[in-house]
Amino acid sequence: MATTLSPVAVDEPKLGGRGPTMAPPPRDGGWGGGRPDEHRDRLRRYRIGMFFALTAVVMLFVSFTSAYIVRQGVGTWSDASARYVTDWQPISLPPILWVNTVILLLSSFTLAMAQRTLSRKLKAAPRGGTLTMPEPLLIVDGQRSIPWLGITVVLGAGFLVGQLLAWEQLRHLGIFVSTNPSSSFFYVLTGTHGIHLLGGVLALGYAGMTSLLRKPLATRFLVVDVTALYWHFMDFLWIYIFALLHFAR
Amino acid sequence: MGLALLFIIWLITLSSTYYFVIQKWAPLPVASANGVLIDHHFTWTYILMGIVFLAAQLGLGYLVWRYRDRGQKVQYSHGNTTMEVTWTLLTAVLFMGLNLSGEKIWAEARFQGAAPGAVQVEVTGLQFAWYFRYPGPDGKLGHTKPELEDASVGNPVGIDPDDPAGKDDVVTGTMYLPVDREAELVLRSQDVIHSFFVPAMRFKQDAVPGLMIHMHFTPTKLGDYEIACAELCGLGHYKMHGMLKVVSQADYDKWLAAKVAEKLAQ
Amino acid sequence: MSEQHAHAAPTGFIRKYVFSLDHKVIGLQYYFLALVAVFVGMFLSLFMRIHLVWPEANLPWFGHIKPEQYLTLLTMHGTIMVFFVLTTAPQSGFGNYFLPIQIGAPDMAFPTLNMLSFWTTFVSFVVMLAAFFVEGGAPLAGWTNYVTLSAIPSAGPGLGLGEDLWIISIAIFCVASLMGALNFITTTLDLRARGMSLFRMPLTCWAWFVTAMLGLLAFGVLLAGGILLLLDRNVGTSFFVPGGLNVSGNLSFPPGGLNPGGHPITHTGGSPLLWQHLFWFFGHPEVYIAILPGMGVASQLLSTFSRKPIFGYKAMVYAILSIGMLGFLVWGHHMFMSGMSPYSAFAFSVMTMAIGVPSAIKTFNWLGTLWGGRIRFATPMLFAIGFVSLFVSGGLSGPFLAQPVLDIPLHDTAFVVAHFHLIMGVAAIFGIFAGTYYWFPKMFGRMMNETLGKIHFFITLAGTYAVFMPMHYLGMAGQPRRYSQFTELQYLQHLIPLNQFISIAAFITIAAQFVFVFNLFWSMKKGKKAEINPWEATTLEWTVPSPPPHDNFGGVTPVVNHGPYEYSVPGAAKDYIMQTDPATVTAH
Repeated sequence: MATTLSPVAVDEPKLGGRGPTMAPPPRDGGWGGGRPDEHRDRLRRYRIGMFFALTAVVMLFVSFTSAYIVRQGVGTWSDASARYVTDWQPISLPPILWVNTVILLLSSFTLAMAQRTLSRKLKAAPRGGTLTMPEPLLIVDGQRSIPWLGITVVLGAGFLVGQLLAWEQLRHLGIFVSTNPSSSFFYVLTGTHGIHLLGGVLALGYAGMTSLLRKPLATRFLVVDVTALYWHFMDFLWIYIFALLHFAR
Repeated sequence: MGLALLFIIWLITLSSTYYFVIQKWAPLPVASANGVLIDHHFTWTYILMGIVFLAAQLGLGYLVWRYRDRGQKVQYSHGNTTMEVTWTLLTAVLFMGLNLSGEKIWAEARFQGAAPGAVQVEVTGLQFAWYFRYPGPDGKLGHTKPELEDASVGNPVGIDPDDPAGKDDVVTGTMYLPVDREAELVLRSQDVIHSFFVPAMRFKQDAVPGLMIHMHFTPTKLGDYEIACAELCGLGHYKMHGMLKVVSQADYDKWLAAKVAEKLAQ
Repeated sequence: MSEQHAHAAPTGFIRKYVFSLDHKVIGLQYYFLALVAVFVGMFLSLFMRIHLVWPEANLPWFGHIKPEQYLTLLTMHGTIMVFFVLTTAPQSGFGNYFLPIQIGAPDMAFPTLNMLSFWTTFVSFVVMLAAFFVEGGAPLAGWTNYVTLSAIPSAGPGLGLGEDLWIISIAIFCVASLMGALNFITTTLDLRARGMSLFRMPLTCWAWFVTAMLGLLAFGVLLAGGILLLLDRNVGTSFFVPGGLNVSGNLSFPPGGLNPGGHPITHTGGSPLLWQHLFWFFGHPEVYIAILPGMGVASQLLSTFSRKPIFGYKAMVYAILSIGMLGFLVWGHHMFMSGMSPYSAFAFSVMTMAIGVPSAIKTFNWLGTLWGGRIRFATPMLFAIGFVSLFVSGGLSGPFLAQPVLDIPLHDTAFVVAHFHLIMGVAAIFGIFAGTYYWFPKMFGRMMNETLGKIHFFITLAGTYAVFMPMHYLGMAGQPRRYSQFTELQYLQHLIPLNQFISIAAFITIAAQFVFVFNLFWSMKKGKKAEINPWEATTLEWTVPSPPPHDNFGGVTPVVNHGPYEYSVPGAAKDYIMQTDPATVTAH
């Protein structure tokens, strides 16, 4: 297949392509650049994937936000008063949301701790074998570490229960999804966020069970690492939603 | 094969251009002041895009025939930056110039409201009819209530009987307008989105539930013009039509007076 | 870097062909899903064309088509074609199959996610088809589903469960597309072989990459709109539905329906225009999702079969990128007549005209590529040339519709139907045909029949022009779109013969598609055996056997030395240099 080229003057316009290369291939391929480290490759790939997945989540909430702002400001014609009116009535947010916020922030912290413990474990693991081998069921070195991952899952679940309690409180006050656009948006935003966080809880639960499922430690690290990106983002997203609901009433 | 391609591309291009030029299925003769301007701008766009269309398609046909494989040497080239930039600037100027030159007409039609003294008509769309309400001698439209809207009792737009301003309101299924006088329309809808489309007036605007949309145009020719609905509104969309009668000012006054008398007699 | 996700080749039927993780199998699954969808959509349009010109006709085993059934056909035709054909085949089908091979990767970045996104799409399609069989039938609110028609179940037949299924199906489709998009993006960024710099990617890869970006940013918005619409319909919220409605005597919806609080459901204060904004913020990028892969294929083929490097490679890349970016800033041009502020209409029209510039660059470069080449007329090339012709024809009606002042007479007329069918429908379909004829040898190891291919091409080109060119005349004459018949308005009467001509042209064009299907399946079994590189092309897929092995490159990671379009290089031994050919420096 080899083609022998004589060096020819080839025009290379600024906006065009390049002529055939006569130099050795450049290093730049994919972002991996062909490094042999399998674990790091996978990690990088999953992080890129998660980054773009979060972009999609951002677009979803950007849409909700713009709908929120438009809907709040829009007036529709009222025959009764013969002018444009808005029907937006702010709801008072259930105070339990503050507690939930603290729980969620705390969970981000515990997750960061879990990551630290895990990466320390990973570094301590002997090169080669352990990464790809299933994690031993018993901790050999005998050190009892704090189960940060488990705590995070519990806190995440606690947040979700707290959100449900907030819904329950509103229902007792007679504020339903369809009561007012402000309440509609409250339920939609908290609900969509809750479903997303539930996904994070399930992923962390899976990471916690990798040792039971006899998956390699590297898998656990990978899942926790990528879920942590997601989790911190959900944390940030909640603060954003809370601020939106609080300040843009 | 090159010749066959040349033939079919040129045939398609020239035959469609032929029908574009002879205008066998021409638009209805224009009957409004703004419509004349719109048609004028349309013609300009038409000519310019027509030239580009002919040049590109005939060029494409010619190139595939001219450079068919006859064993000739290929001109090895990765492009030409000067030509590329020139072409980009050229199209940018063409498209932008065309657009900006048309915006004046758009501004006249939509940026400004109707002049004082325009004929007031409220246009209501509902599945599947248009109704027109004129304010009567008091110049004021009465309040309406959605729960009173019922064509079968003669109150399709739901005029509130308790509002004195509505006593002399005239509601018709046919639109009357005096010629050469601006008409101010207020478009509204009772159920779904409709679109008030009068092809001869070059006029179109959606009627959206929850909105009162103010529009204006000036009919310039006497005659009867069909009104269509141009937004999908349900199963009867295709038969949601009405009639606009453009009459002289005297005839219009006579018609309105008769209608008001009829209304007040009820 | 190939080992970790070069999962072992599966052996069982289910893992190999049904729940396969192999991007090539998934690509074919998408392709055949689209093939089924395109035939469903085509038959719907056949019934539409019959009803339009012979509204009283009695069809065998269908009976008489009622106006509301016509609208159902119209809605489902649009939906199926846009989502399950134009989004599915060129991007998810060909993209899945050839993106990894063209950049030198053994598979997509996330094979499991890839499988999931196909099966999610499949479920979405099944839910969509189910809408035909529920009480009240499929929805009739058009593929754009403008509120309030789509939000109020009592506003017409098919707006009950059928409409809910439509929204649910599209929501599922959004999720599937998002998964696919992020897979495409990660693959392109992360899995390129050594030497495959971004500016050495074939233009097809650029097109798939940018399309994936568009999908990633657009589908979330449609999903949000769909969720809100579903709530408006079923829970009684008022995101989009304003108050004071009276739909054939009913003031609350559904009549007699109650909120959880015990009050009748009466909507207040919603904005129908909000739905349109959300829909078109997705809807306009969707147009480019449909057409960009076709542009990529056309560029690839014009260069290959002209035996000449693509004219202005970088200009093409920048054009794709700017089309992608501007595509998000022009959605308002669908709403000039909607009651939106006339000032924003002005802004949107300027942006829309701006998007014409990169489109013009593409056309110019395609013609520049043909200029001075040595054109081989294989069937794929014919379809690529047809693509350029259709793109020009469909594109040039754009500057009419982009100007609000001309949109006054033209909006929602047959002129619009002509415009988007030519540019996003037929042109994109020509891209799919071109891709099919071009890559068939690689996918199935056999050549498609050239004679049948050429017959298919000439009838389809002439036929589609005969169908859609006259629609411009109809639109200029003021024929509104989405009319189930033209009997009611006097000024439409003289257009009926032209409509009949369109219908007959459509029947012939539809018939010609069976030539294609026959050719497709016949060639799979009986076609001439294909060599590795039958078209003498340069990109990586032509370095591997047909069909390619499970991990594409047989365990070898390719190294890329050249740009994608090195044809007829002076001094070279052959008239093409493969991307993987060694970079040789001759002594002098």
